[in-house]
Amino acid sequence: MNNPHHLNPTSLKSRFTTRFLRALTKIRAQKPISSSSPTEIFRRYRRIKVAADKSMAYSVRSRRIWSRAMLWKLRSRSYRRQDPCSGRRSGKTSQAIMKKSSNENTTTRREDGVGFVEEADELRQLVPGGETMNLCNLLDETAHYIKCLTTQVQVMKKIADFYSF
Amino acid sequence: MSSRRWRESSRTNISEEQITQLLSTLRQLLPEIPHSHSHKASSAAKVLKQTCTYIKTLHREVDDLSDRLSQLLATIDADSAEAAIIRSLLI
Repeated sequence: MNNPHHLNPTSLKSRFTTRFLRALTKIRAQKPISSSSPTEIFRRYRRIKVAADKSMAYSVRSRRIWSRAMLWKLRSRSYRRQDPCSGRRSGKTSQAIMKKSSNENTTTRREDGVGFVEEADELRQLVPGGETMNLCNLLDETAHYIKCLTTQVQVMKKIADFYSF
Repeated sequence: MSSRRWRESSRTNISEEQITQLLSTLRQLLPEIPHSHSHKASSAAKVLKQTCTYIKTLHREVDDLSDRLSQLLATIDADSAEAAIIRSLLI
Protein backbone atom coordinates (compact mmCIF):
# COMPACT_ATOMS: atom_id res chain seq x y z
CA MET A 1 0.00 0.00 0.00
CA ASN A 2 3.02 2.28 -0.05
CA ASN A 3 2.17 3.53 -3.48
CA PRO A 4 4.05 6.76 -4.05
CA HIS A 5 1.23 7.91 -6.30
CA HIS A 6 -1.31 7.89 -3.48
CA LEU A 7 -2.41 11.35 -2.63
CA ASN A 8 -3.28 12.55 0.81
CA PRO A 9 -6.29 10.43 1.87
CA THR A 10 -7.95 13.53 3.29
CA SER A 11 -7.41 15.54 0.11
CA LEU A 12 -10.30 17.22 -1.61
CA LYS A 13 -10.09 14.69 -4.42
CA SER A 14 -10.43 11.67 -2.13
CA ARG A 15 -13.19 13.28 -0.05
CA PHE A 16 -15.13 14.08 -3.18
CA THR A 17 -14.58 10.61 -4.66
CA THR A 18 -15.81 8.81 -1.54
CA ARG A 19 -18.89 10.98 -1.20
CA PHE A 20 -19.75 10.84 -4.87
CA LEU A 21 -19.40 7.05 -5.14
CA ARG A 22 -21.60 6.67 -2.11
CA ALA A 23 -24.21 8.96 -3.66
CA LEU A 24 -24.11 7.02 -6.93
CA THR A 25 -24.79 3.76 -5.08
CA LYS A 26 -27.76 5.38 -3.37
CA ILE A 27 -29.15 6.68 -6.63
CA ARG A 28 -28.79 3.28 -8.23
CA ALA A 29 -30.64 1.65 -5.33
CA GLN A 30 -33.54 4.07 -5.46
CA LYS A 31 -35.26 3.08 -8.67
CA PRO A 32 -35.31 -0.07 -10.76
CA ILE A 33 -32.62 0.40 -13.36
CA SER A 34 -34.44 -1.80 -15.86
CA SER A 35 -36.78 1.04 -16.63
CA SER A 36 -35.10 3.14 -19.27
CA SER A 37 -37.87 5.56 -20.08
CA PRO A 38 -36.53 8.97 -21.04
CA THR A 39 -38.12 10.47 -17.93
CA GLU A 40 -36.32 7.99 -15.71
CA ILE A 41 -33.02 8.60 -17.41
CA PHE A 42 -33.49 12.33 -17.13
CA ARG A 43 -34.34 12.05 -13.44
CA ARG A 44 -31.25 9.95 -12.86
CA TYR A 45 -29.15 12.46 -14.75
CA ARG A 46 -30.47 15.31 -12.60
CA ARG A 47 -29.88 13.35 -9.40
CA ILE A 48 -26.34 12.53 -10.42
CA LYS A 49 -25.62 16.15 -11.29
CA VAL A 50 -26.95 17.33 -7.93
CA ALA A 51 -24.95 14.58 -6.23
CA ALA A 52 -21.78 15.78 -7.93
CA ASP A 53 -22.31 19.37 -6.78
CA LYS A 54 -23.38 18.27 -3.34
CA SER A 55 -20.36 16.00 -2.91
CA MET A 56 -18.05 18.81 -3.91
CA ALA A 57 -19.73 21.44 -1.73
CA TYR A 58 -19.69 19.14 1.31
CA SER A 59 -16.06 18.27 0.69
CA VAL A 60 -15.12 21.94 0.78
CA ARG A 61 -17.62 22.65 3.55
CA SER A 62 -17.97 26.26 4.67
CA ARG A 63 -14.37 27.22 4.08
CA ARG A 64 -15.24 29.20 0.96
CA ILE A 65 -17.85 31.78 0.05
CA TRP A 66 -18.83 29.81 -3.06
CA SER A 67 -19.19 26.53 -1.16
CA ARG A 68 -21.31 28.20 1.52
CA ALA A 69 -23.52 29.68 -1.19
CA MET A 70 -23.85 26.31 -2.90
CA LEU A 71 -24.60 24.48 0.36
CA TRP A 72 -27.24 27.05 1.19
CA LYS A 73 -28.79 26.67 -2.26
CA LEU A 74 -28.82 22.87 -1.99
CA ARG A 75 -30.36 22.90 1.48
CA SER A 76 -33.08 25.42 0.65
CA ARG A 77 -33.82 23.37 -2.46
CA SER A 78 -34.37 20.20 -0.44
CA TYR A 79 -36.47 22.01 2.17
CA ARG A 80 -38.63 23.42 -0.59
CA ARG A 81 -39.23 19.94 -1.97
CA GLN A 82 -40.38 18.65 1.42
CA ASP A 83 -42.61 21.58 2.28
CA PRO A 84 -44.09 23.70 -0.49
CA CYS A 85 -44.84 26.56 1.93
CA SER A 86 -41.25 26.96 2.95
CA GLY A 87 -40.42 28.58 -0.38
CA ARG A 88 -41.52 31.94 0.98
CA ARG A 89 -39.48 31.57 4.13
CA SER A 90 -36.29 30.68 2.31
CA GLY A 91 -36.85 33.68 0.05
CA LYS A 92 -36.68 35.99 3.03
CA THR A 93 -33.66 34.19 4.40
CA SER A 94 -31.83 34.56 1.11
CA GLN A 95 -32.39 38.32 1.15
CA ALA A 96 -31.10 38.49 4.69
CA ILE A 97 -27.98 36.53 3.79
CA MET A 98 -27.34 38.61 0.67
CA LYS A 99 -27.77 41.85 2.57
CA LYS A 100 -25.41 40.67 5.27
CA SER A 101 -22.69 39.70 2.79
CA SER A 102 -23.00 42.89 0.77
CA ASN A 103 -22.65 44.98 3.91
CA GLU A 104 -19.38 43.23 4.62
CA ASN A 105 -18.06 43.94 1.15
CA THR A 106 -18.92 47.54 0.42
CA THR A 107 -16.96 47.78 -2.81
CA THR A 108 -19.15 45.56 -4.97
CA ARG A 109 -19.68 48.21 -7.61
CA ARG A 110 -17.11 50.85 -6.82
CA GLU A 111 -14.31 49.64 -8.96
CA ASP A 112 -15.38 51.20 -12.24
CA GLY A 113 -12.61 52.90 -14.10
CA VAL A 114 -10.76 49.60 -14.26
CA GLY A 115 -12.58 48.70 -17.45
CA PHE A 116 -13.88 45.21 -16.86
CA VAL A 117 -17.05 45.62 -14.82
CA GLU A 118 -19.09 43.82 -17.46
CA GLU A 119 -16.80 40.78 -17.55
CA ALA A 120 -16.68 40.72 -13.77
CA ASP A 121 -20.48 40.74 -13.62
CA GLU A 122 -20.64 37.85 -16.05
CA LEU A 123 -18.22 35.95 -13.83
CA ARG A 124 -20.36 36.75 -10.80
CA GLN A 125 -23.25 34.92 -12.43
CA LEU A 126 -21.13 31.81 -12.91
CA VAL A 127 -19.54 31.51 -9.48
CA PRO A 128 -21.95 30.52 -6.67
CA GLY A 129 -22.47 33.46 -4.34
CA GLY A 130 -20.66 35.74 -6.75
CA GLU A 131 -23.31 38.45 -6.65
CA THR A 132 -22.22 39.46 -3.16
CA MET A 133 -18.47 39.37 -3.68
CA ASN A 134 -16.19 42.33 -4.18
CA LEU A 135 -13.61 42.06 -6.93
CA CYS A 136 -10.82 40.65 -4.78
CA ASN A 137 -13.01 37.94 -3.30
CA LEU A 138 -14.44 37.16 -6.71
CA LEU A 139 -11.02 36.53 -8.25
CA ASP A 140 -9.85 34.52 -5.28
CA GLU A 141 -13.01 32.42 -5.05
CA THR A 142 -13.02 31.85 -8.81
CA ALA A 143 -9.54 30.35 -8.69
CA HIS A 144 -10.57 27.89 -6.00
CA TYR A 145 -13.87 27.15 -7.72
CA ILE A 146 -12.06 26.31 -10.95
CA LYS A 147 -9.67 23.99 -9.13
CA CYS A 148 -12.62 22.16 -7.58
CA LEU A 149 -14.49 21.97 -10.88
CA THR A 150 -11.50 20.42 -12.62
CA THR A 151 -11.16 17.87 -9.80
CA GLN A 152 -14.87 17.09 -10.15
CA VAL A 153 -14.54 16.56 -13.90
CA GLN A 154 -11.37 14.48 -13.47
CA VAL A 155 -12.96 12.07 -10.98
CA MET A 156 -16.27 11.77 -12.84
CA LYS A 157 -14.37 11.03 -16.05
CA LYS A 158 -12.31 8.30 -14.40
CA ILE A 159 -15.43 6.69 -12.95
CA ALA A 160 -17.26 6.82 -16.29
CA ASP A 161 -14.24 5.46 -18.16
CA PHE A 162 -13.77 2.70 -15.62
CA TYR A 163 -17.34 1.48 -16.00
CA SER A 164 -17.42 1.88 -19.75
CA PHE A 165 -15.44 -1.30 -20.29
CA MET B 1 -8.83 48.09 15.50
CA SER B 2 -8.24 45.59 12.72
CA SER B 3 -11.87 46.06 11.73
CA ARG B 4 -11.29 49.79 11.32
CA ARG B 5 -8.30 49.13 9.06
CA TRP B 6 -10.36 46.66 7.09
CA ARG B 7 -13.20 49.12 6.73
CA GLU B 8 -10.79 51.82 5.57
CA SER B 9 -9.25 49.60 2.94
CA SER B 10 -12.69 48.60 1.72
CA ARG B 11 -13.55 52.26 1.21
CA THR B 12 -10.51 52.99 -0.91
CA ASN B 13 -9.95 51.17 -4.15
CA ILE B 14 -8.50 47.71 -3.98
CA SER B 15 -4.85 48.05 -4.94
CA GLU B 16 -3.94 47.35 -8.53
CA GLU B 17 -1.17 45.09 -7.33
CA GLN B 18 -3.61 42.83 -5.54
CA ILE B 19 -5.78 42.60 -8.60
CA THR B 20 -2.83 41.91 -10.89
CA GLN B 21 -1.65 39.15 -8.61
CA LEU B 22 -5.08 37.53 -8.37
CA LEU B 23 -5.49 37.79 -12.13
CA SER B 24 -2.16 36.09 -12.78
CA THR B 25 -3.18 33.26 -10.46
CA LEU B 26 -6.34 32.88 -12.52
CA ARG B 27 -4.49 33.05 -15.80
CA GLN B 28 -2.30 30.11 -14.73
CA LEU B 29 -5.39 27.98 -14.22
CA LEU B 30 -6.77 28.64 -17.66
CA PRO B 31 -6.02 26.26 -20.48
CA GLU B 32 -3.55 27.46 -23.08
CA ILE B 33 -5.07 28.86 -26.25
CA PRO B 34 -2.46 28.24 -28.90
CA HIS B 35 -4.30 29.85 -31.78
CA SER B 36 -4.74 33.19 -30.09
CA HIS B 37 -1.90 35.64 -30.59
CA SER B 38 -2.29 37.12 -27.14
CA HIS B 39 1.02 37.87 -25.49
CA LYS B 40 1.64 37.50 -21.79
CA ALA B 41 0.22 40.96 -21.12
CA SER B 42 -3.40 40.09 -21.84
CA SER B 43 -5.80 42.59 -20.42
CA ALA B 44 -7.80 41.93 -17.29
CA ALA B 45 -10.98 41.92 -19.34
CA LYS B 46 -9.58 39.18 -21.58
CA VAL B 47 -8.57 37.02 -18.63
CA LEU B 48 -12.03 37.38 -17.09
CA LYS B 49 -13.69 36.58 -20.40
CA GLN B 50 -11.52 33.47 -20.82
CA THR B 51 -12.31 32.49 -17.24
CA CYS B 52 -16.05 32.75 -17.92
CA THR B 53 -15.71 30.63 -21.05
CA TYR B 54 -13.63 28.06 -19.19
CA ILE B 55 -16.12 27.78 -16.32
CA LYS B 56 -18.97 27.32 -18.80
CA THR B 57 -16.93 24.59 -20.51
CA LEU B 58 -16.38 22.83 -17.18
CA HIS B 59 -20.09 23.07 -16.34
CA ARG B 60 -20.91 21.51 -19.68
CA GLU B 61 -18.39 18.71 -19.07
CA VAL B 62 -20.02 17.95 -15.72
CA ASP B 63 -23.40 17.83 -17.48
CA ASP B 64 -22.11 15.44 -20.14
CA LEU B 65 -20.44 13.21 -17.58
CA SER B 66 -23.61 13.13 -15.46
CA ASP B 67 -25.47 12.08 -18.56
CA ARG B 68 -22.93 9.33 -19.30
CA LEU B 69 -23.04 8.11 -15.72
CA SER B 70 -26.85 8.03 -15.69
CA GLN B 71 -26.71 5.57 -18.56
CA LEU B 72 -23.93 3.51 -16.99
CA LEU B 73 -25.57 3.50 -13.58
CA ALA B 74 -26.70 -0.09 -13.83
CA THR B 75 -23.11 -1.32 -13.71
CA ILE B 76 -21.94 0.84 -10.84
CA ASP B 77 -21.82 -0.75 -7.43
CA ALA B 78 -19.63 1.11 -5.05
CA ASP B 79 -19.85 -1.56 -2.37
CA SER B 80 -18.09 -4.15 -4.39
CA ALA B 81 -14.37 -4.74 -4.75
CA GLU B 82 -14.44 -2.51 -7.78
CA ALA B 83 -14.89 0.42 -5.47
CA ALA B 84 -11.59 -0.43 -3.87
CA ILE B 85 -9.98 -0.56 -7.29
CA ILE B 86 -11.45 2.76 -8.30
CA ARG B 87 -10.42 4.35 -5.09
CA SER B 88 -6.85 3.21 -5.54
CA LEU B 89 -6.88 4.52 -9.08
CA LEU B 90 -8.39 7.82 -8.17
CA ILE B 91 -6.81 8.49 -4.87
